[in-house]
Amino acid sequence: MKTKIIKSLNWIGLGFLEPLILLVSGEEPRKNAMLILRNVFLPLASIVAFILLWEAGAHQLRSIEAERKIQKVLTEQGAAAAEQMRACIASGEKECKPHSLPSPSEVYEAYQSLLADHKMIAKDKKEFTEKTAKVNKQRIENGQAEILYTGRPSFIDQIGTSLKTVFAGVLLAMCIAIPIGILLGLSETLRSSINWLIQIMKPVSPVVWLLLVSMVIKTLMTDSSMDKSFLIAFISVGLCGMWATLVNTTMGVSSVDKDYINVAKVLRLSVWKNIFKIVLPSSFPLIFTGIRITVSVSWMVLIAIELLAQSPGLGSFVWEQFQNGANDSNAKILVAMFVIGGIGFLLDKIMMTLQKVLTF
Amino acid sequence: MALLELKNVSKWYGTGTNRTEVLKNINLTIEEGEFIAIVGFTGSGKTTLISLIAGLIEPDEGEVLLNGEKITGPGPDRGVVFQNYSLLPWLSVMDNVRLAVDTVFPEMPEKEKDSYTKQYVSMVNLSPALNKKPSELSGGMRQRVSVARALAMNPKILLLDEPLSALDALTRGSLQDEISRIWEQDKKTVLLITNDVDEGIYLADRIIPLRPGPNATLGPEFPVKLERPRDKKALNHNQQFKDLRNAVNKYLMDVGAEAKKTAGVKEYVLPDAQPIDLLGPTGVSYSLRRLFN
Repeated sequence: MKTKIIKSLNWIGLGFLEPLILLVSGEEPRKNAMLILRNVFLPLASIVAFILLWEAGAHQLRSIEAERKIQKVLTEQGAAAAEQMRACIASGEKECKPHSLPSPSEVYEAYQSLLADHKMIAKDKKEFTEKTAKVNKQRIENGQAEILYTGRPSFIDQIGTSLKTVFAGVLLAMCIAIPIGILLGLSETLRSSINWLIQIMKPVSPVVWLLLVSMVIKTLMTDSSMDKSFLIAFISVGLCGMWATLVNTTMGVSSVDKDYINVAKVLRLSVWKNIFKIVLPSSFPLIFTGIRITVSVSWMVLIAIELLAQSPGLGSFVWEQFQNGANDSNAKILVAMFVIGGIGFLLDKIMMTLQKVLTF
Repeated sequence: MALLELKNVSKWYGTGTNRTEVLKNINLTIEEGEFIAIVGFTGSGKTTLISLIAGLIEPDEGEVLLNGEKITGPGPDRGVVFQNYSLLPWLSVMDNVRLAVDTVFPEMPEKEKDSYTKQYVSMVNLSPALNKKPSELSGGMRQRVSVARALAMNPKILLLDEPLSALDALTRGSLQDEISRIWEQDKKTVLLITNDVDEGIYLADRIIPLRPGPNATLGPEFPVKLERPRDKKALNHNQQFKDLRNAVNKYLMDVGAEAKKTAGVKEYVLPDAQPIDLLGPTGVSYSLRRLFN
């Protein structure tokens, strides 16, 4: 039972909880308590310390902003108005509250309001689908297009869209990078002839890829029924992220252990058998590491690309909030920041677990 | 006609003045069903010799003939057991052997392939580990998988490249027994490369020392006329075994010493330096102390 729990914990990447279970079952209490302290409490403590530091920094920044506001009023409207401003700021009134860097509690509030907003929109959407279900059924029977919900997407919807974009991008990156990587790995001539090109393309900025892709897509896709911005976003994400997989696949395939090559030679394996039975399995760990890097790079560039491509998702959410300039906009941007970081962390964990399961 | 023949085979690396001759004028004839052991020091070119016969490298001079035909590349007619097992870590024991069966007998029906594979795995006593990955096996077990894989190819000759030298003494002994047993079973032609003279005598029909490289050549052969099956315990008291072992060892020692001499090991004269006593009356620390006191 105990070993089963530990095994499944390790499997889903929560291995750091292992000592807790051992401690509960009374095994080596001293050692396990130390392990918990190191692996659970210290990371938590560092997060708390970070929040405190953030709070202090936010407070400092806001007092600077408040002072500046008062000074401005003082020079423009005189002492009485400045006094009024000071009182207004002290009372926490919304219109004169400084909001340069939101504090942790404000970010939490913004998070709550985003959730509430999502619930509202989801409810609205559900009502809409219920209302239009009958009509839609009829329309489909008559060969007409369905009536779709066209309300604004909630924050959670944006996350879903972003994940979809990244998934499509990574898939595209894998489809391009792995076959080319195998070819390059197998042929030294090909490798050295393309090497410079790859080295030049690799450091190109995501923004440039986006512009390049939109040049091509906008020329090719004159038909407006396709969602062009999504297409542009995921292709750019794929092109930015694929280099790690390409380089790692090339390296893995070109550096297969000499022993395995000897086995293949002695067995006189055919080219296909050699690739699928020897080369690919032996380079799989490197290829997978490449895919992992691709996933994290894709997630990182996604925000910038969505922001510029006007493709719906977290990137455009951040951009809208930045343009919006409402009282809690900055707090919402920070919520997005933590969500982006958390999802990136989660994606990497998932990839690591997959790698553990799939490699020998 | 001999099964395997090496005629004046030489192999070198580099060119011009940098040329290092690894093997020089190797002549060897192996008849069908023979068990030959080649013994020599590490670094004497034993693995190069096996690679030549396996076809993984080509000789720079002379030729290697199998059944009278020149060897042009590696092939499953020469089963190789490599020193470091060379198992594919992502395949189970069964699949490692099965890969060889698949390529050597592509026409065999699936079921027959399975039972054929299992037969060879059980031949090396590994049936319980059939579905394990190489990383879950001990060194001895891995080497047995490697032997099973080589045997399953049904090769004309089995090339064993120091198969046991990475194993501990106990595992080594039991694997020697196993190789001996398997050889008694199907009398395959075997070329064993080893650095253990006892192992060679215990297993082989002929022992051929390899003189240390560079320019390694084969020395005079020592026929082993001990009765088979050989019993390791009894061998220890067998006068014939002892004499043979002494003869081979003496030969190897002599050529080893000779090689060292001809290789011209330079003697360096060390400088006649006297250590300085730092704490003494003329030393640094003495002067420092005087300075501060």
